[in-house]
Amino acid sequence: MKTLTVKYFAMFREHAGASEETLELDAATARDVFEQTRSRHGSAEPIGHCKVAINDEMADWTASVKDGDVVLLFPPVAGG
Amino acid sequence: MADVFAISDKDIVVDELRDQVKNAGSGGVCVFEGWVRNQNDGRTVQRLEYEVYAPLAIVEGKKVIAEAKQRFPFLEASCVHRSGLLEIGDCAVWVGVSAPHRDEAFKACRYIIDEIKVRLPIWKKEHYVDGDSGWVNCERCANV
Repeated sequence: MKTLTVKYFAMFREHAGASEETLELDAATARDVFEQTRSRHGSAEPIGHCKVAINDEMADWTASVKDGDVVLLFPPVAGG
Repeated sequence: MADVFAISDKDIVVDELRDQVKNAGSGGVCVFEGWVRNQNDGRTVQRLEYEVYAPLAIVEGKKVIAEAKQRFPFLEASCVHRSGLLEIGDCAVWVGVSAPHRDEAFKACRYIIDEIKVRLPIWKKEHYVDGDSGWVNCERCANV
Protein backbone atom coordinates (compact mmCIF):
# COMPACT_ATOMS: atom_id res chain seq x y z
CA MET A 1 0.00 0.00 0.00
CA LYS A 2 1.11 3.55 -0.72
CA THR A 3 0.08 6.78 0.91
CA LEU A 4 -0.85 9.17 -1.89
CA THR A 5 -2.34 12.64 -1.95
CA VAL A 6 -4.91 12.81 -4.74
CA LYS A 7 -6.07 16.21 -5.99
CA TYR A 8 -9.31 16.70 -7.90
CA PHE A 9 -10.20 19.54 -10.23
CA ALA A 10 -13.36 21.03 -11.75
CA MET A 11 -16.05 18.33 -12.11
CA PHE A 12 -13.89 15.77 -10.30
CA ARG A 13 -13.63 18.11 -7.31
CA GLU A 14 -17.38 18.66 -7.28
CA HIS A 15 -18.07 14.92 -7.45
CA ALA A 16 -15.54 14.08 -4.75
CA GLY A 17 -16.77 16.92 -2.55
CA ALA A 18 -13.14 17.76 -1.77
CA SER A 19 -10.21 19.30 -3.62
CA GLU A 20 -7.79 16.73 -2.23
CA GLU A 21 -7.54 13.74 0.05
CA THR A 22 -4.84 11.45 1.36
CA LEU A 23 -5.50 7.81 0.56
CA GLU A 24 -3.91 4.42 1.13
CA LEU A 25 -3.97 2.78 -2.29
CA ASP A 26 -2.57 -0.39 -3.78
CA ALA A 27 -1.56 1.46 -6.95
CA ALA A 28 1.43 0.96 -9.22
CA THR A 29 0.61 3.53 -11.90
CA ALA A 30 -1.29 6.77 -12.41
CA ARG A 31 -3.93 4.71 -14.22
CA ASP A 32 -4.42 2.61 -11.08
CA VAL A 33 -5.00 5.78 -9.06
CA PHE A 34 -7.59 7.00 -11.55
CA GLU A 35 -9.42 3.66 -11.59
CA GLN A 36 -9.30 3.17 -7.81
CA THR A 37 -10.64 6.67 -7.12
CA ARG A 38 -13.32 6.50 -9.84
CA SER A 39 -16.07 6.02 -7.26
CA ARG A 40 -14.85 9.16 -5.48
CA HIS A 41 -14.50 11.49 -8.48
CA GLY A 42 -17.60 9.87 -9.98
CA SER A 43 -16.32 10.05 -13.52
CA ALA A 44 -17.83 8.14 -16.41
CA GLU A 45 -15.28 9.87 -18.64
CA PRO A 46 -12.99 7.55 -20.59
CA ILE A 47 -9.49 7.88 -19.18
CA GLY A 48 -8.26 8.96 -22.63
CA HIS A 49 -10.18 12.24 -22.28
CA CYS A 50 -8.55 13.00 -18.93
CA LYS A 51 -5.02 14.00 -17.95
CA VAL A 52 -2.78 13.37 -14.98
CA ALA A 53 0.15 15.09 -13.30
CA ILE A 54 2.44 13.71 -10.62
CA ASN A 55 4.13 16.13 -8.22
CA ASP A 56 3.20 19.06 -10.49
CA GLU A 57 4.56 17.53 -13.70
CA MET A 58 2.36 16.28 -16.52
CA ALA A 59 2.62 12.49 -16.72
CA ASP A 60 1.43 9.52 -18.77
CA TRP A 61 -1.18 7.16 -17.34
CA THR A 62 1.52 4.46 -17.36
CA ALA A 63 3.81 6.51 -15.06
CA SER A 64 4.57 4.77 -11.78
CA VAL A 65 3.59 6.28 -8.45
CA LYS A 66 5.55 6.02 -5.23
CA ASP A 67 4.77 6.52 -1.58
CA GLY A 68 4.16 10.19 -0.80
CA ASP A 69 3.43 11.27 -4.37
CA VAL A 70 0.84 13.94 -5.13
CA VAL A 71 -1.36 12.78 -8.02
CA LEU A 72 -3.44 15.41 -9.80
CA LEU A 73 -6.45 14.13 -11.73
CA PHE A 74 -7.68 16.44 -14.49
CA PRO A 75 -11.07 15.99 -16.18
CA PRO A 76 -11.34 16.97 -19.88
CA VAL A 77 -9.88 20.44 -20.26
CA ALA A 78 -11.59 23.35 -22.02
CA GLY A 79 -9.43 26.43 -22.22
CA GLY A 80 -9.95 29.29 -24.64
CA MET B 1 11.38 41.26 -24.75
CA ALA B 2 10.87 37.68 -23.66
CA ASP B 3 7.79 35.80 -24.76
CA VAL B 4 5.05 35.91 -22.15
CA PHE B 5 2.43 33.47 -20.93
CA ALA B 6 0.27 34.41 -17.97
CA ILE B 7 -2.94 33.60 -16.14
CA SER B 8 -4.92 36.57 -14.89
CA ASP B 9 -7.99 36.99 -12.69
CA LYS B 10 -8.35 40.60 -13.89
CA ASP B 11 -9.77 42.10 -17.10
CA ILE B 12 -7.46 41.64 -20.06
CA VAL B 13 -6.14 45.04 -21.19
CA VAL B 14 -5.51 44.54 -24.90
CA ASP B 15 -3.39 47.66 -25.49
CA GLU B 16 -0.84 46.65 -22.85
CA LEU B 17 -0.50 43.19 -24.38
CA ARG B 18 -0.14 44.61 -27.88
CA ASP B 19 2.78 46.71 -26.64
CA GLN B 20 4.48 43.54 -25.35
CA VAL B 21 4.81 42.11 -28.86
CA LYS B 22 6.15 45.25 -30.51
CA ASN B 23 9.53 44.79 -32.12
CA ALA B 24 11.38 46.97 -34.64
CA GLY B 25 11.96 43.88 -36.76
CA SER B 26 8.32 42.88 -36.93
CA GLY B 27 6.26 43.72 -40.00
CA GLY B 28 2.97 42.89 -38.33
CA VAL B 29 1.13 41.24 -35.50
CA CYS B 30 -1.47 38.51 -35.64
CA VAL B 31 -3.90 38.58 -32.71
CA PHE B 32 -6.54 36.15 -31.57
CA GLU B 33 -9.01 37.25 -28.92
CA GLY B 34 -11.35 34.67 -27.45
CA TRP B 35 -14.61 36.19 -26.16
CA VAL B 36 -17.38 34.86 -23.98
CA ARG B 37 -20.43 34.28 -26.19
CA ASN B 38 -24.06 34.06 -25.14
CA GLN B 39 -24.87 30.69 -26.74
CA ASN B 40 -23.43 27.19 -26.61
CA ASP B 41 -24.98 23.93 -27.76
CA GLY B 42 -28.35 25.63 -28.13
CA ARG B 43 -28.38 26.98 -24.57
CA THR B 44 -28.32 30.61 -23.55
CA VAL B 45 -25.26 31.39 -21.51
CA GLN B 46 -25.31 34.08 -18.84
CA ARG B 47 -21.70 33.96 -17.69
CA LEU B 48 -18.62 31.74 -17.61
CA GLU B 49 -16.31 30.58 -14.89
CA TYR B 50 -12.75 29.43 -15.59
CA GLU B 51 -10.96 27.19 -13.14
CA VAL B 52 -7.21 27.13 -13.77
CA TYR B 53 -4.48 25.11 -12.13
CA ALA B 54 -1.98 27.91 -12.58
CA PRO B 55 1.32 26.22 -11.62
CA LEU B 56 1.00 23.73 -14.47
CA ALA B 57 -0.95 25.93 -16.88
CA ILE B 58 1.91 28.44 -16.88
CA VAL B 59 4.58 25.78 -17.46
CA GLU B 60 2.59 24.16 -20.27
CA GLY B 61 1.65 27.53 -21.81
CA LYS B 62 5.31 28.53 -22.01
CA LYS B 63 6.10 25.19 -23.64
CA VAL B 64 3.43 25.78 -26.27
CA ILE B 65 4.88 29.19 -27.13
CA ALA B 66 8.41 27.72 -27.36
CA GLU B 67 7.14 24.97 -29.70
CA ALA B 68 5.40 27.55 -31.88
CA LYS B 69 8.62 29.56 -32.11
CA GLN B 70 10.58 26.50 -33.25
CA ARG B 71 8.02 25.66 -35.93
CA PHE B 72 7.24 29.17 -37.15
CA PRO B 73 10.10 31.50 -36.19
CA PHE B 74 8.59 34.75 -34.93
CA LEU B 75 10.02 37.63 -32.93
CA GLU B 76 7.58 38.16 -30.04
CA ALA B 77 4.62 36.35 -28.55
CA SER B 78 2.35 37.03 -25.63
CA CYS B 79 -0.61 35.10 -24.31
CA VAL B 80 -2.89 35.68 -21.32
CA HIS B 81 -5.73 33.42 -20.22
CA ARG B 82 -8.38 34.48 -17.72
CA SER B 83 -9.43 32.72 -14.58
CA GLY B 84 -12.52 33.40 -12.49
CA LEU B 85 -15.95 34.71 -13.40
CA LEU B 86 -16.49 36.33 -16.83
CA GLU B 87 -19.49 38.05 -18.37
CA ILE B 88 -20.73 37.88 -21.98
CA GLY B 89 -18.36 39.79 -24.27
CA ASP B 90 -15.40 39.62 -21.90
CA CYS B 91 -12.03 38.64 -23.33
CA ALA B 92 -11.20 35.13 -22.08
CA VAL B 93 -7.90 34.63 -23.87
CA TRP B 94 -5.55 36.84 -25.85
CA VAL B 95 -2.77 35.62 -28.15
CA GLY B 96 -0.50 37.99 -30.08
CA VAL B 97 2.43 37.04 -32.29
CA SER B 98 4.62 39.49 -34.17
CA ALA B 99 7.00 38.45 -36.91
CA PRO B 100 8.88 39.93 -39.85
CA HIS B 101 6.26 38.46 -42.23
CA ARG B 102 2.61 37.54 -41.80
CA ASP B 103 2.84 33.83 -42.59
CA GLU B 104 4.78 32.96 -39.42
CA ALA B 105 2.58 35.26 -37.33
CA PHE B 106 -0.69 33.66 -38.53
CA LYS B 107 0.59 30.10 -38.19
CA ALA B 108 2.18 30.58 -34.77
CA CYS B 109 -0.91 32.35 -33.43
CA ARG B 110 -3.13 29.49 -34.64
CA TYR B 111 -0.79 26.88 -33.16
CA ILE B 112 -0.72 28.61 -29.77
CA ILE B 113 -4.49 28.98 -29.37
CA ASP B 114 -5.20 25.45 -30.66
CA GLU B 115 -2.72 23.82 -28.27
CA ILE B 116 -3.78 25.94 -25.30
CA LYS B 117 -7.37 24.77 -25.71
CA VAL B 118 -6.50 21.08 -25.54
CA ARG B 119 -3.42 20.89 -23.29
CA LEU B 120 -3.63 23.35 -20.42
CA PRO B 121 -5.32 22.44 -17.12
CA ILE B 122 -8.15 24.94 -17.59
CA TRP B 123 -11.84 24.15 -17.19
CA LYS B 124 -14.85 26.16 -18.26
CA LYS B 125 -18.15 26.15 -16.42
CA GLU B 126 -21.11 27.72 -18.17
CA HIS B 127 -23.89 29.33 -16.17
CA TYR B 128 -27.14 29.36 -18.14
CA VAL B 129 -30.02 31.83 -17.95
CA ASP B 130 -32.32 29.07 -16.65
CA GLY B 131 -30.16 28.85 -13.50
CA ASP B 132 -28.49 25.57 -14.49
CA SER B 133 -24.73 25.25 -14.97
CA GLY B 134 -22.35 22.73 -16.47
CA TRP B 135 -18.71 21.99 -17.24
CA VAL B 136 -17.78 22.20 -20.91
CA ASN B 137 -15.78 19.39 -22.46
CA CYS B 138 -13.01 20.22 -24.86
CA GLU B 139 -14.39 19.68 -28.39
CA ARG B 140 -11.30 17.97 -29.81
CA CYS B 141 -10.84 15.81 -26.70
CA ALA B 142 -14.49 14.75 -26.70
CA ASN B 143 -14.16 13.58 -30.30
CA VAL B 144 -11.06 11.44 -29.76
